[in-house]
Amino acid sequence: MQSMAWFKRQEKGIITPTEQKKETPDGLWYKCPECGTVADMGEHRRLLYTCGKCNYHDRIDSAEYFEVLFDDNRFTELDTNLSSADPLHFVDTKAYPQRIAATQRQTGLKDAVRTAHGLMNGQDLVVACMDFRFIGGSMGSVVGEKIARAIDYARQHRIPFLMISKSGGARMMEAGYSLMQMAKTSAKLALLSEAGVPYISLLTDPTTGGVTASYAMLGDFNISEPGALIGFAGPRVIKETIGKDLPKGFQSAEFVLEHGFLDFIVDRKQLKQQLTDLLHMLRPAVVEAPAVPR
Amino acid sequence: MLLDFEQPIAALEGKLREMQKLAQDSQVDVSEAVEALETKIKALKKETYANLTRWQRVQLSRHPDRPYTLDYIEGMTQKFVELHGDRTVADDKAMVGGFAELDGRTVMFIGQQKGRNTKQRQLRNFGMPNPEGYRKALRLMKLAEKFGKPIVTLIDTPGAFPGLEAEERGQGEAIARNLREMFMLKVPVICIIIGEGASGGALGIAIGDRVLMLENTWYSVISPESCSSILWRSWNYKEQAAEALKLTATDMLKAGLVDGIVKEPLGGAHTDPQKMILALKKTLTKTLDELEALPADERISQRIDKFGKMGVVVE
Repeated sequence: MQSMAWFKRQEKGIITPTEQKKETPDGLWYKCPECGTVADMGEHRRLLYTCGKCNYHDRIDSAEYFEVLFDDNRFTELDTNLSSADPLHFVDTKAYPQRIAATQRQTGLKDAVRTAHGLMNGQDLVVACMDFRFIGGSMGSVVGEKIARAIDYARQHRIPFLMISKSGGARMMEAGYSLMQMAKTSAKLALLSEAGVPYISLLTDPTTGGVTASYAMLGDFNISEPGALIGFAGPRVIKETIGKDLPKGFQSAEFVLEHGFLDFIVDRKQLKQQLTDLLHMLRPAVVEAPAVPR
Repeated sequence: MLLDFEQPIAALEGKLREMQKLAQDSQVDVSEAVEALETKIKALKKETYANLTRWQRVQLSRHPDRPYTLDYIEGMTQKFVELHGDRTVADDKAMVGGFAELDGRTVMFIGQQKGRNTKQRQLRNFGMPNPEGYRKALRLMKLAEKFGKPIVTLIDTPGAFPGLEAEERGQGEAIARNLREMFMLKVPVICIIIGEGASGGALGIAIGDRVLMLENTWYSVISPESCSSILWRSWNYKEQAAEALKLTATDMLKAGLVDGIVKEPLGGAHTDPQKMILALKKTLTKTLDELEALPADERISQRIDKFGKMGVVVE
């Protein structure tokens, strides 16, 4: 009988090589790394990249944050031409310029921060947002310089400044220069503060090292998203120091809030409205001239 | 304690002592030979210390016989009133400070303090401050500002302490706040790297009108050991990491990230602490004179501009 021959396995075992396996194409489905719930990408985007079941906040890039915050995703990007030099001719397992070039190709980004001016519910806002995909969101000269310029821009135009941090800390390949970006950005924030222009610092998952120890912790308002990792030393280093496992939830946004270093934690879906409301309350009171009787 | 590159010099010095003793005991005139050996030692020292690798400088910066913060304060000033506590949680023994009299001038000295023996090292937490250390430092700076006294900070730390309680009490916030506040201080601020200048833990008290480094110190974003561990995924590349980081006084001056270098006695600060302390005192007095001649707002804007220009980008 030949009728069922098409049904019969001719060769034993699975012979399809891994790379030829047919899986769901990337970008159609999203699986939550926290609870495993699967959602279609459109739904995931509609929920601003949070899980519909457990509210896990997925890591997103500057492009998504700009879309979340700016009206109709319209904004003017600032200082788009800055990219990293290699002042120290730094070579570890790879030469620094090669690392930069490869990362630029892979991410389509110039460096680990983008800065922009746009409207958020009709109010002017300057935003600097870090990209973790670019060498772990590390802060070198470009990151420091772009943030410094964005702060100057905000001060000169008297527009509130929002910093969205997402970084492993300072970039080792620029060594001393990276360290001084902490100083530079803090100097600019001192001037912004003196000018009375509001500064909101949103610390997202993860924010550690020299970024935490400079601009990220210097907001008039320090805020975060649920579950974000925030710290100075990384968990691995602390674990090595104390020789014990770290308590559950250590260095989570909720932990940092509990210890008094955050003003509030905001669900990404409420971020735009909450920032709008807060900044609205800070607007200078309009004093009407008293009617002078003649 | 002898570092490996100090050994050939120490061997010659031993020979010299033997020769001098021999001359004394036997009345033989060896003055010519002694002189020749002395010249040889000096030449070898000069050559050795002019050609140290970056890692060797790191080793010198950590030498346990180098003067520490309190040694400088005691050696340079006539009176010292040490002040304690951050007024919030504790007194951090890794960060010391107080008013001192420097030849008739009242100066606020602040710095990380290391220990020389095991007990002291533990007490001083190896010179690694907790958040209360940075907050204590800021409190003392504000006190100096209130009474119009200049501030000198002495930096010598392997880093801010990476502990559990340090995180709970906001290590990052404490350092960040110091950076911002130090830019606005109305009094002169001089910062000197006297040993190790490790990353944010060093920078947290190192925003000043003048930032100087002693000749055999290092200042960078990370220690060579940690850099090796992260970038090479092994602890064995610390020499390469030190070279790559360009963390010596000469490197940092060339990069425009510090303002000057204070020469150490030939052989390093640990070979003649008294000479080192006096050399630093001379530099400090001169620098204080320069800075006090400027109006406060001018100093502040120069301070901000200086740090504002740091960094290299392609545009």
